[in-house]
Amino acid sequence: MIEEVETKDAIKTQEYFVNMGPQHPSTHGVLRLMLELDGEIIKKVTPHIGYIHRSIEKMSEKDSYRQIVHLTDRMDYLSNHMNNEAVCLLVENALEVEVSDRVKVIRTIMSELTRLSSHQLWWGVMGMDLGALTTFLYAFRDREMINDIFEETCGARLTVNYNVPGGVMFDIHPNFQQRVKDFIKSFKTKLPEYDDLLSNNVIFRQRTEGVGILSKEDAISYGVTGPTGRASGFSNDTRKHKPYSAYDRVEFKEILMDKGDTFSRYKARILEMWESVSIIEQLIDNIPEGDIQEPSVKQVIKLPKGEFYQSVETARGELGVYVVSDGQKSPYRLKFRSPGFSNLFVLDHMVRGYKIADLVAMMSTIDLVIPDIDR
Amino acid sequence: MNAITSYFKDIFHAIKTLLTGMRVTGYYFSHARKEIITQQYPENRDTLKMFDRFRGIVTLTHDENNEHACTGCSACEIACPNGTIEIISDREEDPETGKKKKIIDKFIYHYSMCTLCNLCIISCPTDAIKMDPSFEYATFDRKDLTMILNKPGSKIRKDVK
Repeated sequence: MIEEVETKDAIKTQEYFVNMGPQHPSTHGVLRLMLELDGEIIKKVTPHIGYIHRSIEKMSEKDSYRQIVHLTDRMDYLSNHMNNEAVCLLVENALEVEVSDRVKVIRTIMSELTRLSSHQLWWGVMGMDLGALTTFLYAFRDREMINDIFEETCGARLTVNYNVPGGVMFDIHPNFQQRVKDFIKSFKTKLPEYDDLLSNNVIFRQRTEGVGILSKEDAISYGVTGPTGRASGFSNDTRKHKPYSAYDRVEFKEILMDKGDTFSRYKARILEMWESVSIIEQLIDNIPEGDIQEPSVKQVIKLPKGEFYQSVETARGELGVYVVSDGQKSPYRLKFRSPGFSNLFVLDHMVRGYKIADLVAMMSTIDLVIPDIDR
Repeated sequence: MNAITSYFKDIFHAIKTLLTGMRVTGYYFSHARKEIITQQYPENRDTLKMFDRFRGIVTLTHDENNEHACTGCSACEIACPNGTIEIISDREEDPETGKKKKIIDKFIYHYSMCTLCNLCIISCPTDAIKMDPSFEYATFDRKDLTMILNKPGSKIRKDVK
């Protein structure tokens, strides 16, 4: 493959390959990118995945529907609640069971808290990828409060496994509402600091503005969802288009940007955090009373024969769960349409002609979680 | 001339944004004791209190008479997604009624395979097992992570059906 190319100055250089990863810190996990370089200019990027493949889809085929939920925690571990919710909603829709309003509201609050914590971690890591360690420390300071809320109510900080088909595992802790209110109050004063520290920083602006432009058409044809797609103007928010849980009773804006460059993707996530804060504020004071588990869902769940699909909006985009059931207690086939997988493969399209340092910035704003891509 | 003006404008703007960021850092530098969220972990072991629901390890609760509530029904064994729990049970004649009754011989728990998903706890009909918030179970030998949860000589409580 190595061929000699003539540059403008008629100096003969060689194109060469560099492996970025699987141990590179800015790939956020075990992702290997094969870069085809001309000097420092990227000609082509080939992502090689599979280093953290655990065959979650295959394992699901022998697990019962109750057991599948805990595996989804390990896919996109930063959107754990939404992943759990996707499987639970699918089972509930297939059984034609309606969960109580209390469960719906609790699930929505939990999902938005997860989205906040995911975006906080992304913000910290984004700054660190571009050489600013400060942001990492600030992000983890704020994230700690959310983790405490999860630990108190769900019993774990990351692999929460809080949703069960037909409801949630425990009722909310008595301190839950007060803790969430405290967090919202403090986070509303902390979020402007994010702008002061990073968004308006001149070095950051120059490295992100006008870099890695993804047009709306390309975003649609590559299936790029989530804040990454919305920054290109592609309206794809599942919460708006196919409302689930309590999203139809809250008011929030779908953040759409028009430029589609790295900074737009950054800004879309920052604005999304404000929206999440507003959703939680609308719901936290009026959690209705009701059952936390629907009694009609039996211990052994058997879905009717047929095909079922359910999509939810995770912090990265649209997560789809597709189940083919043959009437047994475990699915015949289960497929996850993970947002990270589609978002990763647009990278090659975005990055051609830019330099390696820009690739790091772009990869950060796609917000990759490798276990989500490999599953 | 215009180029020179914008050149200096850029420099001043850059310095301004950097100082804005430094102001935040400076605030927390001068108010360093205001909010400390980190903990001095190994030193604060005596005072560290985990949340009640924190899932650390599965335990079989015994009361002061060395009695537990496990009937050996294997509901947890079926609910577990990873084959973490193994129950070896036996049948023993009840002296009062004369009926044969199932009792547990060994409640084997493979901690190394446990994902702490809590499915066994919610499936238990007699609330015999529960999650304990203790942690620090790292060992040098994998064998130490296979535990027998029922204490030697323990019996099932009388009132458990």
